[in-house]
Amino acid sequence: MSDQRPWWRPDGFLLYAIIYLTFIYLPVLFLPLFSFNSSKYIAFPLKGFTLKWYHQMVNSPSMLEALLNSIKVGLIVAIVSTILGLLAAKALTRYRLPGRGPVISFIMIPLVIPEIILAISLLILISQVDIPLSLWTVGFSHLLLCIPFAMLVLISRMEGFDNSLEEAALDLGENGWMTFWRVTFPIVLPGIVASLLLTFTISFDEFVLAFFLSSTDATLPIYIWSSLRFPTKIPAVLALGASIFVISFFVVSFAEWLRRRGVKLESTSGI
Amino acid sequence: MDESIISFSNVSKRFGTVTAVNQASFDIYRGEFFSLLGPSGCGKTTLLRIVAGFETPTEGEILIDGQPMSTTPPNRRPVNMVFQNYAIFPHLDVRRNIAFGMRKSGLSKTDLNKRIDEVLELIKLPGYGSRGSEELSGGQRQRVALARALIKQPKVLLLDEPLGALDKKLREQMQIELRQLQQQLGITFLFVTHDQEEALTLSDRIAVMSEGEVMEIASPAELYESPSSRFVADFIGNMNFFEGQVVDSEAGNTTVTSKLLGTVTASQAEHKFSNGAAVWIAIRPEKLVPLFENPVNVAGYIEGRMGPSAYLGDRSHFYVHVDHRDDPVLVALQNLDRSLDGLSRPNQPVWLTWSPDALVVLPRN
Repeated sequence: MSDQRPWWRPDGFLLYAIIYLTFIYLPVLFLPLFSFNSSKYIAFPLKGFTLKWYHQMVNSPSMLEALLNSIKVGLIVAIVSTILGLLAAKALTRYRLPGRGPVISFIMIPLVIPEIILAISLLILISQVDIPLSLWTVGFSHLLLCIPFAMLVLISRMEGFDNSLEEAALDLGENGWMTFWRVTFPIVLPGIVASLLLTFTISFDEFVLAFFLSSTDATLPIYIWSSLRFPTKIPAVLALGASIFVISFFVVSFAEWLRRRGVKLESTSGI
Repeated sequence: MDESIISFSNVSKRFGTVTAVNQASFDIYRGEFFSLLGPSGCGKTTLLRIVAGFETPTEGEILIDGQPMSTTPPNRRPVNMVFQNYAIFPHLDVRRNIAFGMRKSGLSKTDLNKRIDEVLELIKLPGYGSRGSEELSGGQRQRVALARALIKQPKVLLLDEPLGALDKKLREQMQIELRQLQQQLGITFLFVTHDQEEALTLSDRIAVMSEGEVMEIASPAELYESPSSRFVADFIGNMNFFEGQVVDSEAGNTTVTSKLLGTVTASQAEHKFSNGAAVWIAIRPEKLVPLFENPVNVAGYIEGRMGPSAYLGDRSHFYVHVDHRDDPVLVALQNLDRSLDGLSRPNQPVWLTWSPDALVVLPRN
């Protein structure tokens, strides 16, 4: 039916899809748009094309330091939470664990606790035991936030594949560790990559916990927030935002490609 | 032939309150094709997994080639398994799947490749080495699973319902190939199936299991012709049972009276019965011969009326109604020609006769 419709009369669903995508992407597209605008005021009409904000971005040490801090914290949090999530997911999906249900819901609780509550309670705890606030305390709090996400991703991946594959590897003479490396790991790899990306992203743009638990080392969201008070700094923030947006686009495309590859593997592992 | 390769002594496995295997004690001999046969949930797969090392027996011990296995993990046992769903590694091609277990074999790369080519030849998939697992059909996956296990040259090959997922034609073809492969290689096969026909076709000996118990271990012909219990007689093939009582029992001959059959003598009797013992008289459907006039000079017969029939291609099943009996008696006749076409006239009187060695006498309690 829709293929008989002339192009100038789109059907309702197409219209809906267009509005939907516009709603999601239009605000984001303002970032690159204004980052190339030569006026330092974020307002229409646009004045002229410039790359000076990108130049300013590269030459702002405090902004780059904040970016570097966020990347450092994000990488460590992503790796640690994915490893912990993987171990927990393996235990929960492979063994007859007593109290499996309660354990899972208990680990998932940080997902539903409001971040600000988590932040305050962590701040109280950390000041009680006299640990100085630093990027480490931020990283620790992000870990708390990210482990449930890592587990969710990895449990669904682990549940998807057949137990007998691991048994077959044992049967063919490999011990538990080599079975993990030769069979479990390659099959779970798309889940691991998904978990790394997800947890990195969560940590990278997390504001509330970082705001409460950092000291003088700002992460990027905190730097951006504090920049808002200085209008001259905003265009450079936009340039940074646009750059991150472009990089994210490629990273997510890569992850999606990997996931599809994983789905293909999975669909052929059954009979 | 009678040298034990796997020995079960008092092996039991309990999952919580459920007994999956109860006090199994028997031997599997070197070079034989041995099947564990039983309905689902009878414990046959559990027993196989105990041999493979994936389950630990709650009690008892198994010996493989004389060695106790209780502390040996699956990766150190001289057995390999073909899994029910084949468990082909999806991230590896056929060649790497087959080579998976050879990492520690000490073979050089060229020798290993030669071995893999030989095995691919053996399972009739030469040239398939670089195929991905998703490019294989069900039968081909089964062959790869077989090759992956056989290249390890196990002392016993364990097969967990490997033909269950294949369609009938392919299954029959694979049965023949499995049997040939087993005879060619001389490896002991321990085969789990719920399909009695498959077990009869393939096996040297069969253990029939029910609810965790090993009911009987015998050759296919013995199981079919002279089963030792009603369960086995009923599970393997079709069987008509009649209640009876022993009148006289001596070596080789058991005389039994029965309301429906009269006094009959069975020429085969594995069991020794005391006089007056309650027994089942069992007759296979194909051993009943229908006559359409009252027979004379025949020791025993059943009188009845023709009931419904079922045409099965190579043979036909006729159900004969007998007075004072709820179940119809099943008679199976080979469709040698079209002469059976007119046999199914309902309510036609019929007399069923048999030869003395067709009767099996089984304890009833």
